[in-house]
Amino acid sequence: MLDRINKAQDIINAACKTLGRQINIMEVCGTHTVSIFRSGIRSILPDNLKLLSGPGCPVCVTDQGYIDAVLRLADRDDCIIATYGDMIRVPGKDGSLETKQTKANIKIVLSSEDALQLAKDNPGKTVVFVAVGFETTAPATAVVVKEAAAGAIDNFCIFSGHKLVVPAMRVLLSEKNHNINAFLCPGHVGAIIGYGAFAEIVEDFSRPCVVAGFEPVQIIEGLCEICRQLSAGKAELKSIYSAVVTEKGNIAAQQIVNECFEPADGYWRGLGEIKKSTLKLKDKYEPFDAIRRFGISEEPSEEIKGCRCGEVLCGLIEPTECGLFGRDCTPQEPVGPCMVSSEGACAAWFKYGREKRR
Amino acid sequence: MDDLIRQHILPGLKNDALDELGDSARLNLASGSLCFTTDSYVVKPLFFNGGDIGKLAVCGTVNDLAVAGSKPVALALSLIIEDGFEMELLDKILVSVGETARQVGVDIVTGDTKTVESGAADRIFINTAGIGIRLAGVDLGFEKIAVGDKIIINGTIGDHGMTVISQREEMKFRSQLKSDCASLAGLIGELLENTSGIKFMRDPTRGGLAATLNEIARSTALSVEIRETDIPIRPAVQAAADMLGFDVLAIANEGKFVAIVSPESADECLNICRNNKLGKEANIIGEIVGTLDVPLVEIETRIGGKRIVQMPYGRELPRIC
Repeated sequence: MLDRINKAQDIINAACKTLGRQINIMEVCGTHTVSIFRSGIRSILPDNLKLLSGPGCPVCVTDQGYIDAVLRLADRDDCIIATYGDMIRVPGKDGSLETKQTKANIKIVLSSEDALQLAKDNPGKTVVFVAVGFETTAPATAVVVKEAAAGAIDNFCIFSGHKLVVPAMRVLLSEKNHNINAFLCPGHVGAIIGYGAFAEIVEDFSRPCVVAGFEPVQIIEGLCEICRQLSAGKAELKSIYSAVVTEKGNIAAQQIVNECFEPADGYWRGLGEIKKSTLKLKDKYEPFDAIRRFGISEEPSEEIKGCRCGEVLCGLIEPTECGLFGRDCTPQEPVGPCMVSSEGACAAWFKYGREKRR
Repeated sequence: MDDLIRQHILPGLKNDALDELGDSARLNLASGSLCFTTDSYVVKPLFFNGGDIGKLAVCGTVNDLAVAGSKPVALALSLIIEDGFEMELLDKILVSVGETARQVGVDIVTGDTKTVESGAADRIFINTAGIGIRLAGVDLGFEKIAVGDKIIINGTIGDHGMTVISQREEMKFRSQLKSDCASLAGLIGELLENTSGIKFMRDPTRGGLAATLNEIARSTALSVEIRETDIPIRPAVQAAADMLGFDVLAIANEGKFVAIVSPESADECLNICRNNKLGKEANIIGEIVGTLDVPLVEIETRIGGKRIVQMPYGRELPRIC
């Protein structure tokens, strides 16, 4: 393994030297972010190569308005909120799911199937599944929506916060002041949508897109491939995670998502409204759509004062540049979502890299 | 209660001081300075692969005495038992207490038994207190630690914590995990009697290696550098930790010590450890280094990168010991 790393490192060093200028590579996957920090990859890169942690953590990109809407549902006596554990501590305008948990109306689930089971076990209540995540978790949500429909489990619904990665990447590159030279593309998402889905980024914006796995050596080799392209003045689409990611992806997963969901405009933290970047349940599954069932408005709410998670997500600042970081905002008492989720850029900085040098 | 004490508790723990059943144990100790400590044990489940609450209650307190540079001599044992707790299990726990104490060479010289109504405790809680006689010429402390000192651990980390977590009812998964619960008094005594370069010792229980190393950095204002590839970790422990989202560095151990030793004595310490069954996998995992701005614990990762190791924070794992 060290041989592969050394070889990749040599190529990265040579390429960055040739380029001579600041190079910024953005990863758009929380698992990449954590692996990069945990393995200390940043510390072995040349000074002019910077890694930006983009909008890759589902909890972090979820708009404040969505969080507040979930909290309002949690106040209802006729509902049980079923959520993945990461969402439980995200602060809203009026507390968090954790602070409302005393009412025993909030349950942490490990899968969408657990949420559906909760509905079967509690016929007197409506179970609302807090369905967040990118293309990777959307198929699992689609499966339970279909199951609920087939089994006429009408006390079950989902509140879709599912998001699509590629539209967000387009928005980042469309910003005038963006500083992104290339993307390290997510292996998990790539496994579902196929690496071919990133082709439009390469074609429309001339930015290298390389899909990589999550082991440190795979990440370094991904960065190496990007540096090789940049120094040669190229922008290509490449997957170096061929054992898992194919060009077309997981067709069956795509089909079930397409059957249940359609792309819709939606809000992202820090990025605002993005056209066709979220997944909305199709009309035929309307009874299972919490948004329509409870008449939830999709207005964005005000973001938390002083919190700069939005700029962190766009790669415009590093977490340490936020005035709240490490003082008013810590993993124990988080203010912004990037500190709540273990995959958030701020949480990773705090845990593994708070002080850069000894 | 008298029957309970005479029939169930005393038989396995026999010694002169205890058999008097006085209000206090009277001990005849050589004059000198003592170490004195106490700890309570609330582990769940009560029996786990590699140990049980009884063995843990003896080893935990004995280890606290040993790492402070003393030879453990006597323990007090207090039981808080929930009404309805099965007598066979109590017997099993007391046999374990007795056997462990005998192996270690400490006497249980005094104790107390209380029963509380159902629901007021979870089956059984144990408190042990212990005294040890400080070893002549041994003076351990943070203030002795200097730049260049080596950091030794006597074996694999994370075994106890991951075993207990994996055996919790709500987290049933089969595994090859086994707690490292053991008394370190013998090995530590051997080290302290035969070498002179040991500056400081601590058993990395709650908070694991990460907490112990951060305490050292904080208390000495020096920094700590460790190497990921030199830290012994069983693959099954690493796999379980990865699966459940835990950092092995922050997982509790019950049969490990961290020793800070002078560079000259490091090899000798390592040899003594490796010739003892509780130190076969002992290793030098890093060094004490100077501090540029703030004292930090840094780890060199497998790929040669560096990152910090934080004092563990967030929700603690409940009832791990």
